[in-house]
This record gives sequence, C-alpha cells and structure tokens, in this order.
Amino acid sequence: MRYILALILCLWPLLAVAQEWEDRQVFQGADASRTLRILSSTDTSFFEPIIAGFLAKTPEVSIEYLVIGTAEIDQRFRQAPDRYDVVISSAMDLQLKLANDGFARRLGGVAHPDWAQWRESLFAFTSEPAAIVVNRAAFDGHPLPRTRQELIQALRTRPDVFRGRLGTYDVRDSGLGYLFATQDARASETYWRLMEVMGSLGTRLYCCSGEMIDDLSDGTIAVAYNVLGSYASARQQTDARIAVILPSDFPTMMMRTGFVSRQAQHPQDATRFIRHLIGLQSDPASKDSLPLPPLSTDSAGQSAIALEPALLTYLDGLKRQTFIKEWVSAIVQQ
Amino acid sequence: MTEGVQVSGSLRNRLAVTLTGGAAVLAVLLFIVVRSYAAQIAQQGQDSILSASVTSILDAAVIRDGVVEIDFPYASFSMLSTPMDDRIFYAIYQDDTLLSGYGDLPRTAGTATRAYQGSAVRLATASRVLIGANVRTRISVTVAQTQDALSGTLSRISRNVALFGAGFFALATLLSIWATAATIEPLQRLTTSVTRRGPQDLSPVAKPVPLEMLPLVASLNSLMARLDQSLRQSEDFIAEAAHRVRTPLATVRSYAEATLQRVDREENRQALRSMIRAIDESSRAAGQLLDHAMITFRADHLERDDLDLVDLLRELVLRLTPVAEMKDIELHLRADGPVIINGDPILLQNALRNLIDNALKYAPGESVIGIRIITEPRFQVEIRDQGPGFPADEIANLTERFSRGRNAVGTIGSGLGLTIAQDVAAAHGGSLALSNLPEGGACVTFSL
Repeated sequence: MRYILALILCLWPLLAVAQEWEDRQVFQGADASRTLRILSSTDTSFFEPIIAGFLAKTPEVSIEYLVIGTAEIDQRFRQAPDRYDVVISSAMDLQLKLANDGFARRLGGVAHPDWAQWRESLFAFTSEPAAIVVNRAAFDGHPLPRTRQELIQALRTRPDVFRGRLGTYDVRDSGLGYLFATQDARASETYWRLMEVMGSLGTRLYCCSGEMIDDLSDGTIAVAYNVLGSYASARQQTDARIAVILPSDFPTMMMRTGFVSRQAQHPQDATRFIRHLIGLQSDPASKDSLPLPPLSTDSAGQSAIALEPALLTYLDGLKRQTFIKEWVSAIVQQ
Repeated sequence: MTEGVQVSGSLRNRLAVTLTGGAAVLAVLLFIVVRSYAAQIAQQGQDSILSASVTSILDAAVIRDGVVEIDFPYASFSMLSTPMDDRIFYAIYQDDTLLSGYGDLPRTAGTATRAYQGSAVRLATASRVLIGANVRTRISVTVAQTQDALSGTLSRISRNVALFGAGFFALATLLSIWATAATIEPLQRLTTSVTRRGPQDLSPVAKPVPLEMLPLVASLNSLMARLDQSLRQSEDFIAEAAHRVRTPLATVRSYAEATLQRVDREENRQALRSMIRAIDESSRAAGQLLDHAMITFRADHLERDDLDLVDLLRELVLRLTPVAEMKDIELHLRADGPVIINGDPILLQNALRNLIDNALKYAPGESVIGIRIITEPRFQVEIRDQGPGFPADEIANLTERFSRGRNAVGTIGSGLGLTIAQDVAAAHGGSLALSNLPEGGACVTFSL
C-alpha cells in the first residue's frame, strides 16, 4: 500500500497535467489568487449566466469551471477534496454520499426548504425531469407515446423502424444514468420490461445527454430514454426535429445539487457562491432568464427524488453489482 | 418585653427554608429523572429503528450459486431519515470479510455508541447464518447513525423539563410562603391577644387554638391561673390581716383615750398622746390596705354606673370639712351643674377621698385646697393645694405602692393613697398625673 502511495505521489504532477476535462473555463476576476475551483457536471453554457451574475456581485473573485461526468466527479473529488471549492452534480446519490461521508462543509443560516437540502451542507437548486426524447420523423403519422407503456407498445408495433435506433445512458459509466435507472426500477416494473424491449431491438449506450440529443437531431437514433429534460427542452427550442415527452405514468425528477468542500481553499467565497446559486434558482422572477429550470416549489418537492440517506442504497457495492448484472442482461443481451 | 429572651432561629425561616429547599431538591430531581428517562426512551427509539434497518438488510441476504447476494430494500436506509439529516454508515460482512459498506466502521455486539468520523454514532449489529448447498456462512450487518436528531430532541426535552421544573419550584415556593404564613398566624394571634391584655387580666385564653399549640396555651393558662390564685390569696391575706388588726386597734385607742382623761402627770399624758398617734397611723394604714385590696378586686369586675361627679365630690367635701376646719383649711369646690359620668361610684369615691386626704395632710394651716372639675377634652378632677409640693426628683415614683415622699416624714400615711387613686383611674381607662404648681403647691390631676 505504501509503495502505491509513493508511486501516486511521484506521478501526481504528471497525473495533474494529464487530467482531462470535458470543458475547462476560467472566468478571470480581479484577484487571480482567489480562484474558486468549481467541479461540475453541468455544461458550461448552462452555467455561464449564473457565474456571470456571481462575478458581477463579487468581481474580485476568479472562477475556474471544470466540467466532467458525474461518476468522474465522485472519483476525482474523493482523491483530492482540497483541490476543489464547490462541487455541483446531477447525480444526487453520489452527492449525498459525499456529504454523508463528511466531504461537505456545513453552511449555517442558509434559508432553504428542508426537502431541498441535507444537513445544511448539500443544497438542491434545480428540478429537472428525466424525459423520453424522440425524433419526430420516426413518429410521422403515428401518435407520440405519452407513457412508458405506450413507448413499449410503439416499439413492439414497429420494431423495424426502431431496431438499432434506440438510446439511453450507459448506467455503468454515468452516475446520473444510474440514478435515473435505479429510481425507475424502484418505482415500477415497467422499467424492466422497457429495458427488455429496448435490449431486444438493440440500444446504443451513451455517456451523456448532450450526445444523445445530437444523435436524435440528425436521426441516428429515433428514441432516447431518460434524457435530461432540461437539456432536451433547451435544444427543442431551436430544433424542431425532436420532441420532449415527460412520461405521465410516473415522473422521475432529479434535483441538481451543490456543496462546498470541507477542505475548500476559499470557503467564504464558495459559500457565497452556493448562496448566490440557490438564491437565483429559488427566485421565481429569474425563471425565464436562466437556462436551468428553477427548483419546483409545488408540493414541497414530493415529485422529486428525495434527498435522504436512502440514496446510498443503490451505491452499495452488492446492490450495484446485482443491478448492473440485471441491467446488462436486459439491455445488452448478446 | 422581648429583651432578656434568647432567640434561637426562626420558626418561619426554618419552615420556609425547609419547604423551598425541599422544592428545589425535588425540582432538580425531577429534571434529572425525567431527562434521563427521556434520553433512555429516545435512545431506545433510535436503537429500534437501527435494528429494524439491520434486520431488513439481513432478511434480503440469499445464497445464489454459492455466492451471497444481498438485494436489500430502499426502505432499509430510508427509514433512517431524520429531521436533522443524520448521517448513516453501514458495513456488511460475510464471516470476517467485508462485503460492502464502510470497512472502518467499528464492529460491536448489539447496540453501542462509538466515535466515528469525528462524531458520536449509534451502532446496531446483528448477524444471521446462511445455509446453502455445501455452504454455511455467517452474514453480519452493522448500521450506524449519528445522533444529531437525538440530541436535538433531548435538548428540546431538557429545555421543556427545565422550564417545568422551574415552574414547579416557583409554585412550590409560593405555596411554602403561604403555608408558612398560615402556620405562624395562630401563634401571632396568641401573642397579640396576650400582649393586649391589661396588667390585671390573668384570665385564661379563651379563643380556640390549633392542636399543636394546645400544650403551650394550656400551660400558659394554668400558669396564669396559679398566678391569679396566689395574687388573690396574698390580697386576701393582707385584707384579712388589716381587718384583724384594725378592730383591736380601735379598742386599744379608746382605752388609751379614756386613760388620757384620767392621767394627770404631764409625761404620762405625752406618752399616751404618742401612743394614740401611732395607733391612728396603724389603723389608717390598715384601712388603706383594705381599700387597696378592695380596689384590686373590684378593678377586675368594675360595677359601672351613671353618677354625678359633682354630687360625689360635694359629699366628700362635706364629710372632710370637719377635718379641714381643725387645720383651718378651706376646701373650695368649683363645679357648676351636674357632670354625669359612667364609673364605679365606690372606687371613685375612695380614690378621690384619698387624694383630698393627701392634700389635707400636706397643706399648711390657713390655706385653700382647690378642687375643680374639667369636662373637656375628657373628664378630669384637679386638686391643688398650697403645701410644699412633690419632691421634683421623686414625682415619677410616688404612685408606687408604699412609696412616700421625703417630706412625708412626720405625717401619718401608708404610701398607698396615690397608688389607690392611680389604680382606680387605670381601671376606668384613665390616668393620674402629678405636678407642682409654679406658685408653689402640688397639683394632682385625676383623669377618667
């Protein structure tokens, strides 16, 4: 163990340089020494207005915005919790586990509803549904499915149209995909039947919502299941070829969460950033001006996945192993 | 009254301190007991949820193809949600190999509290033996939870119980103040009733008293009864003695007077005259002793009657005029119209006669004794003479029994006259005042 550690320490500079990001943006403020490092799974384009608003209020702070997948966030942050100030992710379960394991700083006196925070350290700031997104061309002359059941029917009725043209998250790689899949499976058996059908028709697996939506637009795939609704809706506004369907049988609603690292280098600024974030997202006035949907205030978040320690259930090694095994056998089927 | 009595503590304070001290001890005890009991119950609540979580995980354990699978339900952890968002930790072991969860979580038997990741956590552990084909293995599950909600609940309970205890204490203090006052009250009432008594009042306490005070009051009553009896006995004795002495003295005097008529030798006559004067003095003293005894007796049972003070004085003056004329003294009574007062006529007569007698004794020959009735603001009889007056330094003590002024040497008297007058005045609720007139002479004011 000690040798491995020494090895890691020796190779660390190399690793650090070698680390790759999906995106890395630096928003230069007045003081480069006060740089907030934000680790996030949210595409920069969605976050830019929020960061701009924060910098307008506190121009002396610089922000380094690092984008990577949800599962990667968990791994990289656990390796070096002192290198990041704020962690923002859509994988609620991974975020909650980080908070549960003591990586998050408790922020006192943040006015936020109980259901949208955990231990005053993990704060939810969006409500985003998992959506079925379809290419309109594939349903030309046919009604759009409104539920998972109707989607299964549609797939069974016209298997030739959809064969090899289905897409969903690869839950083995994507934290958010795994969260959606496990919550679906928890809610209804319909999920497994849909996976069986999708598996039998051949399904492409994706790491991220963005790529799925790209492939939908150009018709590579006709149906994508469990796409991040916020991203799809944003695309729908500029792209008439796709349609976003929020299944009416049971909604799967995710809340994007953020926390301040307990070992943050700039805890005050990080706290200020979280306050800015949830203040902005809870303000109904900013609903239309922001690219990310605000926290839904209806029925006290009952429709959303609850921020509670039960989220750790599917992160358990044995549970995950069992789930992945079943999922693979359903969807890969080779 | 209270000087000379040694004070040892205070019943009221002792009672109040005991009651409030007891209430304080009870309040603290209440707080400790309720709090520890609440802590125990709250802890039991957490323990039972932890145990339920452990059981639900254990129940999900199965052996499939020789491999342990534990597909535990979502509820296993969701039941551990608390309002304070407590952190949870768990560890699943197969025999002594970690299957999943937190490997560094302490393993305990049953439930226990340990420190983990910088905070106190409550752990529950249980195990189960799985038997499959050719496999026999023990699965042991530990679930732990921080105690934020528990301590929140406890501090809330503590606050409420503390408030409750303080309220209890305040109420008990008020009660003890009231109880103390109520307990002491009969004692104060007794004290007041004894203090207010007149100097002659030796009657038993008649008002009802609490049971606990009965022995004290009973002994007080019996003491007073004995005192009263012994006083009465001595008065009786004196009266009896005076009476017994007076009668033979009168006989002796008449013999002495008869003998004086028959004796011619001057020295014998002189001796007889001295004898007669001594007999007069003794008989007068005996008379006054009798009067005093009578007054002491009657003062307790005044026989009040409406009477005319002017009438009474006029009669007295009339009766004493022969004596006065023997010394060429004029008794001058100034009074117009009847002055009706309410009092014991015999006592009043006695007292006033003693006062006028006194004036006659000390007044020089060929002088005037003025007697005046004043009606405003109260009834007063003023008697002035033109004698030597009272010795200024003795004026305060002259009304004591058998006390005579320095200038009384050579005057017949027992020293009881002023005492009698004073006692009568006191029995009627009045007083006797002695003074000297600036132009010479004594002035006695008898007030009713």
